[in-house]
Amino acid sequence: MTTDIIKPENLVYAKPALLNDTTMHYCPGCSHGVVHKLIAEVIADMGMEEKTVGVSPVGCAVFAYRYIDIDWQEAPHGRAPALAVGIKRLWPNRLVFTYQGDGDLACIGTAETLHALNRGDNITIIYVNNAIYGMTGGQMSATTLLEQPTATCPTGRTPELHGYPIDITNLAVQLEGTCFVSRQSVETVAAINKAKRAIRKAFEASMEGKGSSLVEIVSTCSSGWKMSPVAANKWMQENMFDHYKKGDLKDRTKE
Amino acid sequence: MNKMKGAVVINTNRCKGCSLCVVACPYSVLELARKKVNASGYAYAQATNAEACVGCAACGTVCPDGCITVYRMKVEEK
Repeated sequence: MTTDIIKPENLVYAKPALLNDTTMHYCPGCSHGVVHKLIAEVIADMGMEEKTVGVSPVGCAVFAYRYIDIDWQEAPHGRAPALAVGIKRLWPNRLVFTYQGDGDLACIGTAETLHALNRGDNITIIYVNNAIYGMTGGQMSATTLLEQPTATCPTGRTPELHGYPIDITNLAVQLEGTCFVSRQSVETVAAINKAKRAIRKAFEASMEGKGSSLVEIVSTCSSGWKMSPVAANKWMQENMFDHYKKGDLKDRTKE
Repeated sequence: MNKMKGAVVINTNRCKGCSLCVVACPYSVLELARKKVNASGYAYAQATNAEACVGCAACGTVCPDGCITVYRMKVEEK
């Protein structure tokens, strides 16, 4: 029975063509894989395979250039937006985006990020926020939630000692240079479809020269949070979305 | 009456056994392998209840590693 169905004309879903066969180094269930797939699908849908330059960060996604078959540059820690601005200004007909985590974007690279967004350079920043330093062993990051335990705050983050979680996406809404700011997640099929539409909109806005775009993907870090991937998704739904509210926070692409 | 029938093909060598597809499937088609692992040591996903598949592609969409290919066709029921 199943052999009758498995024919090329009946295909409804397959790994995106731009995602190559290299096994990803991410932990089982990591949100990075889904975001990589979405980026690969959107670039192919837009027909920009030969005209896209990604800038990969330092962090778990440091090897992003090994997985998506487009042109890439590797930036020093936190400096991806600065590098992307340089590439876009020299090559205005290219689709230029950065792919950064919260440790890269919201901790060490805050200055570059906010200034690039404020200047309104036509780049897109994909910001994967899992509220922890995943790659180095689960230390507290600037976006770690209050009371969330990590390796460096084992009893939970307290505002007296560690300060409050920073919300870069809300800051970006206030900046004149941004045209599209959105916060999405990738834990269910519906959420993944919404995130894909947001990434598409951001990429199109940067190609149309409307300003800079920021798409935050609230994601999980099952190893850093010390949970199973399924439990991590549930924990994210119950805790992260209260502080990091999803939706299109700013949309000037129609103006 | 027409009915949708689906089939999934899982790249078991690439699978890391995160079980997100198992949870996402609305028809309980998938399960993690028991007492069997792939070359990387992960208990991979497999379609143990393949007859129930309607080809909705929820499993493929949520798979972080792009291991799942989904096919679907209309079947006439007598």
